[in-house]
Amino acid sequence: MRGRLVFLLPLAIVGALMLVFGKRLLDVGRGEDLRILPTVLLDTPVPDMALDAIPGRGRNPDGLTDEDLRGEVALVNIWGSWCVACLAEHPVLNEIAKSGVVPVQGIAWRDSPAASLGWLAKHGDPYARIGQDPKSRAAIAFGVTGAPETFVVDRQGVIRYKHTGPISPEAWERTIKPLVMELSK
Amino acid sequence: MIAELGHFALALALPVALIQSIVPMMGAARGVSAWMDVGRPAALLQLALVTTSFSALMWCFINSDFSVVNVFQNSHTAKPLLYKISGVWGNHEGSMVLWILILAAFGAAVAAFGGNLPERLRARVLSVQGMIGLGFLLFVLFTSNPFLRIDPAPIEGRGLNPLLQDPGLAFHPPMLYLGYVGFSMAFSFAVAALIEGRVDAAWARWVRPWTLAAWTFLTLGIGLGSWWAYYELGWGGWWFWDPVENASFIPWLTGTALLHSAIVVERRETLKSWTVLLALITFSLSMLGTFLVRSGIITSVHAFASDPARGVFVLLLLGIAVGGSLTLYAIRAPALEGGGLFAPISREGGLLINNLLLTTAAATVLVGTLYPLLAEAIGLGKLSVGPPYFNAVFIPLMTPLLLLTGVGPFLAWKRADLSGALQRLKLAFVTAIAVFAGVWLLTGGGLGAIAAAAGMALAAWLGAAAIVEWLSRASLNGMPSLSRVLAMPRAAHGMTLAHLGMAVVIVGITGASAWKEERIEALKPGQHIDAGGYRFTFDGARRTDGPNYEAVQGTYTVTKDGAPVAVLTPERRSYAQPPQGTTEAAILSTFTRDLYAVIGEPDGDEGAFVSRIFIEPFVPWLWAGVLMMGLGGFVSLTDRRYRVGAGRRASTVAAVQAAA
Amino acid sequence: MRMGLIAMMTAISLGALAVEPSERLADPALESRAREVSKALRCVVCQNESIDDSNAELAKDMRILVRDRINAGDSNQAVLDYMVERYGDFVLLKPRVMPTTIALWVAPAVLLALGLLVLIRTMRRRAMAEPTALSSDEALKLKRLMDGAP
Repeated sequence: MRGRLVFLLPLAIVGALMLVFGKRLLDVGRGEDLRILPTVLLDTPVPDMALDAIPGRGRNPDGLTDEDLRGEVALVNIWGSWCVACLAEHPVLNEIAKSGVVPVQGIAWRDSPAASLGWLAKHGDPYARIGQDPKSRAAIAFGVTGAPETFVVDRQGVIRYKHTGPISPEAWERTIKPLVMELSK
Repeated sequence: MIAELGHFALALALPVALIQSIVPMMGAARGVSAWMDVGRPAALLQLALVTTSFSALMWCFINSDFSVVNVFQNSHTAKPLLYKISGVWGNHEGSMVLWILILAAFGAAVAAFGGNLPERLRARVLSVQGMIGLGFLLFVLFTSNPFLRIDPAPIEGRGLNPLLQDPGLAFHPPMLYLGYVGFSMAFSFAVAALIEGRVDAAWARWVRPWTLAAWTFLTLGIGLGSWWAYYELGWGGWWFWDPVENASFIPWLTGTALLHSAIVVERRETLKSWTVLLALITFSLSMLGTFLVRSGIITSVHAFASDPARGVFVLLLLGIAVGGSLTLYAIRAPALEGGGLFAPISREGGLLINNLLLTTAAATVLVGTLYPLLAEAIGLGKLSVGPPYFNAVFIPLMTPLLLLTGVGPFLAWKRADLSGALQRLKLAFVTAIAVFAGVWLLTGGGLGAIAAAAGMALAAWLGAAAIVEWLSRASLNGMPSLSRVLAMPRAAHGMTLAHLGMAVVIVGITGASAWKEERIEALKPGQHIDAGGYRFTFDGARRTDGPNYEAVQGTYTVTKDGAPVAVLTPERRSYAQPPQGTTEAAILSTFTRDLYAVIGEPDGDEGAFVSRIFIEPFVPWLWAGVLMMGLGGFVSLTDRRYRVGAGRRASTVAAVQAAA
Repeated sequence: MRMGLIAMMTAISLGALAVEPSERLADPALESRAREVSKALRCVVCQNESIDDSNAELAKDMRILVRDRINAGDSNQAVLDYMVERYGDFVLLKPRVMPTTIALWVAPAVLLALGLLVLIRTMRRRAMAEPTALSSDEALKLKRLMDGAP
């Protein structure tokens, strides 16, 4: 009998592989995007940074530093005027800013100040502060893989959540807003 | 009309495949000749129908019939004819039709040339072949129909990815599929043998040529893909351990093992259940390759636009084919053993170790390829497994294999005299040592030079051993004799060529990995880069537009010690449809190296361009080695033993055994 | 919809090919270290490419960051560690040996050992009933071979 078991081994291995493939396909079928890289920075402090402001932007001429992210709950949104998906997200950010629930801090990723300003003039400027990140220093420090990405940072300046891709109104209402409320308590 | 004809022919192939799967199998089970005989006309009709369908699709591509979605999405009127044709298989749907066409062709080949096969075996083989066809026809017709229409028809197509518009890649998929699908023959023979419960020397002799043919095509297909990546991607790399590359390399490794173990079954009627298993898993791995590329569960540079529905279908197919055949194996294989006995040190023993190392290597590559997926599935998080891992584990497995490949052919069947074999390899050993010392000293000695010297020594060992072995067979009283050469079986020449080819490939791999030089500078016209003893002077760039692209061509004059060597003219192309750029490297191949030039972006406004110069030592040896291996396969295929209706089989076998 | 937008996020670059002249460090020793580190880091927006091979903008910025850190005196390992801290183990093309990857790293050896075991058993079985008895001379020779003596 022991000899026979050896002949079953290939079947067993293939069966196990099939299960894994099947599960994976199911996940993909349910709309899970396998390319999304979950962040490893949850529950860690925001990275040190001191990003320059966009010259000529009216309010808050100071740029963005990690210090600015301590003291109150905030969203940190990484965006660029070159990014198509950011445009899709922008109305939602404008709404959030208008609601006053939470400040939206911006990181202008790999963009020229002129392009950023033009884009903001055209589509609205929801950002409290904006720091420029022309060389991806902050983006890499935040473990960003693409724009837009949005981080929820608590009062202590600790990253509590990351949203990859444009924030949909549903994602804001169902996930991000409740979390912000919770953290603001 | 033509598209509908193609669709209709493909749909008609489905019931034919169904009949081919069922009737001969039942006939074989019940011993009804008339039913078994259905297999042959069914297989031929199958080929006729699929050929009609494939030709119809090709017609649509050649005539740019954009009312067909597939043509619209993958073709363009301005594309040269060759790429209109290769566009047929440059997409998921069309490539599946090609897959089925090749499958049908192999089935028809058994029907047409399998006259010497026992009736039942032939009927069962054709039936299994029909079942595979059935599965893939269902797949294409229900999830990947290439003949869908759009109305109104667009005026212009979206074009083919320009990276695929290249002669190397035009022929890469057909070659690869001939290999992948060719292993279906070994699979069908294995399943048929399991159903019959009999595996013998005759079975092995029928399986070997099909496996050999598939292996040869797969070897050339992989080589072609690698060559394409080397000259088209513009950074002089030729192997990236990408999942899709691995998907073709894994069946190559097990196919190589199968090729060798089938010899043992043919000669010694032993290792039967192992050989059958190898035949099953080699084709299963080929299908897995198809699955991985199309399902979207693995991301890769080469992956087709993926669709989970297709993935589920292929997974189901894979489950039925692999699961079914392995279940049959679990039931029937235990009864297969028996046969010739042999001592550990013997040709059989050597081939067993060859199989052990090749399958371990295959399993390792498989594990590395699937590990990120498996890890994520069981919640271990996202990981990457890249070239550094594969190089670290693959080389230690291959080194002993290559050392043994030198010795193996000297071992006698049943029981061999190892010290005698090593005696005869003295010359090869001395050569290897000399090469090691020479390379080590020439490249400056020290620890850093050891790896490269060892690689070259390994190649020298293998090459010298192959030559010594061939000479010892070809000699009469210590002198090479033409009559002996002519009397040798073709398969012996084939083996020598293939092993020699492997040695040449190792030279290429070692040289390219160890001594590659790379220079990157922004050059203004008149400025130069010095690399590898050559001077590359940039003379300037100009526009050279093609039929469906705009291009900038740089001119680099290559000189050595002031004497002109060549003029290299690399291009950067920018295609409008789809909008994408390609680099066309300019390569000058010499005996020991490639001079490889790439022109990059303009830099500043003084006519400067980013220029990349690579010195790629021994890369031409890679392609030469692959060609030799392929040639070895073809030469073996012409061996008398494998010829259709080999009449003088018995006497040839006797001659071979005498020679061995 | 989500898939589509994510796909849009992945910037397609017609741009420059991998390392550009302006990126390089003046010191060849540092530059070669930078290349080595770059080859070990995966481009996080690409598919199975190292940042050294990639044309992606983010890969370029990562290369520059690698060079800046090396120039500032970081060891190769420190640079790799920084990236892992930010992106997780996903960013390493050569996985570290750790609990989640131990299976990967021992797989080749375990597979080989298992195969060898089966092979030895097969050989034993095959050799047991060796049809022709060895002459004493042959037996001695065989023993010597098995013992590994010349």
